[in-house]
Amino acid sequence: MAIEIEQPSSVELSKVAVSETHGEDSPYFAGWKAYDEDPYQESNNPSGVIQMGLAENQVSFDLLEEYSEQHSEAFTWGKGAPGFRENALFQDYHGLQSFREAMASFMEQIRGGRAKFDSDRVVLTAGATAANELLTFILADPGDALLVPTPYYPGFDRDLRWRTGVKIVPIHCDSSNNFQITPQALEAAYKEAEAMNKKVRAVLITNPSNPLGATIQRSVLEEILDFVTHKNIHLVSDEIYSGSAFSSSEFISIAEILESRKYKNSERVHIVYSLSKDLGLPGFRVGTIYSYNDKVVTTARRMSSFTLISSQTQHLLASMLSNKKFTENYIKTNRERLRKRYEMIIQGLKNAGIECLKGNAGLFCWMNLSPLLEEQTREGELALWDSMLHEVKLNISPGSSCHCSEPGWFRVCFANMSEQTLEIALKRIHDFMQQRERQRKPISSQ
Amino acid sequence: MTQTQTRPTTEPERPKPTAATAMRLIVPLQGVVQGRGGLILGSLIPCALFYFLQFYLKRHRSPNPSSDPPSPSTPSSNLADLPRTSSRSNLSSRGSFGPVRVSSRAGSLAKADDSTYYIGLNKVKEDPYHRTNNPNGIIQLGLSENTLCLDLIEKWVSENLTDSIMGSDGGDLSISGIAAYKPFDGMTEMKVAMASFMSRVIGKAVSFDPSQIVLTAGATPAIEILSFCLADHGNAFLVPTPYYPGFDRDIRSRTGVELIPVHCRSTDNFVFSITALDQAFNQARKRGVKVRAILICNPANPVGNILPRETLYDVLDFAREKNIHIICDEIYGGSIFGSEEFVSMAEILDSEEGDKDRVHIIYGLSKDLSLPGFRAGVIYSYNDSVLAAAKKLTRFSSMSTLTQRLLISMLSDTRFTQEYFETNKRRVKEIYDSFVAGLKQLGIRCSESNAGLYCWADMSALIPTYSEKGELELWDKLLNIAKINVTPGSACHCIEPGWFRCCFATLSQEDIPVVIERIQKVAETCKFPS
Repeated sequence: MAIEIEQPSSVELSKVAVSETHGEDSPYFAGWKAYDEDPYQESNNPSGVIQMGLAENQVSFDLLEEYSEQHSEAFTWGKGAPGFRENALFQDYHGLQSFREAMASFMEQIRGGRAKFDSDRVVLTAGATAANELLTFILADPGDALLVPTPYYPGFDRDLRWRTGVKIVPIHCDSSNNFQITPQALEAAYKEAEAMNKKVRAVLITNPSNPLGATIQRSVLEEILDFVTHKNIHLVSDEIYSGSAFSSSEFISIAEILESRKYKNSERVHIVYSLSKDLGLPGFRVGTIYSYNDKVVTTARRMSSFTLISSQTQHLLASMLSNKKFTENYIKTNRERLRKRYEMIIQGLKNAGIECLKGNAGLFCWMNLSPLLEEQTREGELALWDSMLHEVKLNISPGSSCHCSEPGWFRVCFANMSEQTLEIALKRIHDFMQQRERQRKPISSQ
Repeated sequence: MTQTQTRPTTEPERPKPTAATAMRLIVPLQGVVQGRGGLILGSLIPCALFYFLQFYLKRHRSPNPSSDPPSPSTPSSNLADLPRTSSRSNLSSRGSFGPVRVSSRAGSLAKADDSTYYIGLNKVKEDPYHRTNNPNGIIQLGLSENTLCLDLIEKWVSENLTDSIMGSDGGDLSISGIAAYKPFDGMTEMKVAMASFMSRVIGKAVSFDPSQIVLTAGATPAIEILSFCLADHGNAFLVPTPYYPGFDRDIRSRTGVELIPVHCRSTDNFVFSITALDQAFNQARKRGVKVRAILICNPANPVGNILPRETLYDVLDFAREKNIHIICDEIYGGSIFGSEEFVSMAEILDSEEGDKDRVHIIYGLSKDLSLPGFRAGVIYSYNDSVLAAAKKLTRFSSMSTLTQRLLISMLSDTRFTQEYFETNKRRVKEIYDSFVAGLKQLGIRCSESNAGLYCWADMSALIPTYSEKGELELWDKLLNIAKINVTPGSACHCIEPGWFRCCFATLSQEDIPVVIERIQKVAETCKFPS
């Protein structure tokens, strides 16, 4: 006979805690798990999974190492540690002035001096992830909507929505025009939000785009700016890959457009930046919101109390980024090396019979595998992704996790590994494609 | 010597009228609702008329993106800075920031910074005392920081830093070892070092398990992340008063969680009773508000007392009975200067069987190790689901790996930490004794405390009327005439007027007579009614 024992009710958690909005069950993250379990290593595990799903920049580490060897005083507080005391106590949400100035100047350098940045408008956050979430908290109420062009960085689903309660309504883009944002698509997204009774508060673009690996054209930026002005909403421009454009002149920042318009209607524009991609320092947690809106600057500063950058880190980077010799050389060298890597992977993929979207920036390329799909659906794409992960042992990001409306596109990162590893990855892809070709050819009877 | 401290507070700001949210419910129109609109009760007609008037005015005024007009406070008083009640709210829209709106959450954050706590901190920033450079400046007694042993940390840093960061042999110690993406909730070595440190400093009899640690960029996000995990918007936490003024902003602004004060009295040395908790819980329930947790601070801030062991057991029983969480903020756990024993909640739980899922401890290095700038906070939880959710949320508030590298070294240096804590205890006690004695000479009694970086002073004899208004008048005099910044009890939600928190751990022995003398001048004027 069953014995019923009263079970004490366990203490409840919040909706945020149990929500799935963190998105960590999606394929984007599942691939990472597979990599963690069987990571490629040149000597120890040459048949392991090669991680091509992480947009990390390791091509210019040697420059950072060189800097740290030559400028060890930036990493300490010098002999006897003068200035340490003040630094250790510094938790002002305005941030270290010297660091804000260095950051503003670095951002100017990346844009070839074509835009000016006022250090008083720089708000510091512990990473761009925090910056994007903070802006969402400030610009939108729970239930409101942000318009984001697809395909977009999978992390946005979590960063913009999870704690904020804000919705993302996609601005659909497709390959017919190289996934560029059109006024029609903007308008359609706006109407879609209205039909769902959601108030649109902002458009959020990533420029250069993740996952496309391409900069947004000037004319498109002008159209987007006109659109948000007309609708009286905000524009957030995540320019985290601005320093990773292969050539300085090809990247046009929204700041340049605003300057050319003499900053008319600029109080609706906010730029997000970080040192995680361009400078390859994601561990340091350095992000910034640059806003042309005074109220947003003030509010963001206060809210940054929840996400301050360590004063030790600010101290080091103030030194590093105000060293013009270092930054100029770094920016130039980094661009060249990324371009080289890009060309290498594009050629390698071409040799394997794979086409990519024409890119000019970022740490990844946007690869078209739709000809390989058994069926032109999300399921078909995921089936292919699964083979890539478990047979070819490459973790690449499926377009569906980026909300791409066309199945078969994949984001492939090329900057988070050595050239040798990239060669091996390309070889694996080449072999995979050859094998598929052989499988398709019928066995001719002799 | 008093440091010129900077801390996370506001720029000079005009108070914002309340009820922007109510406004939004009634008048869902963009242009009007920018946090400047006042409360309009009544029908839609005045609302609509108001909207059209604003619309008209806005059309005829060019957008002005320049910064806020200067604060209206006169040099001699900050009383005008305090938030105005809604009955006097201002409908006009001074200093427009442009027509595009910001959210209501942004507005509520702005409001939170109107407390005397932040106003005072701000004032010091404008005119900070310096013994030689600015002897007439405002002495900061409103910021709970400890500068008494920074010389020891300085010494450690200058002797040890190169090895710990640079590492001549490359590999894991080179910059590439720390520059890459690491787990957002902290590197394993950092959790191990922190767990060991906490065991030595606050655990004593018990040890902390690194796998129950989530690291955050300071205790401020630690408590916010925890709040997001334990409560939904509109739920509440019970918080015994007086409590740390920062909780109002840190816990409420983005989570929407309400803080329900559970009032404590000087007759109990401000220790809460279970009866009071129970009453508060039931009252909330009658209002339809769901209480999700009780938040306690041990050692307490601002009173500085250590909760007795029985109280901790009582709270655990209470939480079990009501099936709610306990958040135990032990950030001052290593700042004990008195003879009383500090018992961590971890020690209580160590002897308990089962049902620990509801207990979560907050810790950090800002107070015990004087490193607020480095942003090192801890959520220590016995609940795996909370740990899992909190871990994911640390992506928004992660510790810098550069700082983790430094701290792993420092916290693991047991010889250093032992010396630090022994010296610190002695120096804090010395300053505390002198300071409290000095106040005593003025007839100002402090409540009994054994911990923290502050004392809780009863200045009720000096206030003109035994009320919050009287207390604020004294606060204003102390700030603007005596030029010392102390935190009034009302900012801490204390139900008895006249209490003030005075932070002393940034003072040197030489500063104390200066402080006492300044208070004396004001005290004398208070005794003679004008």
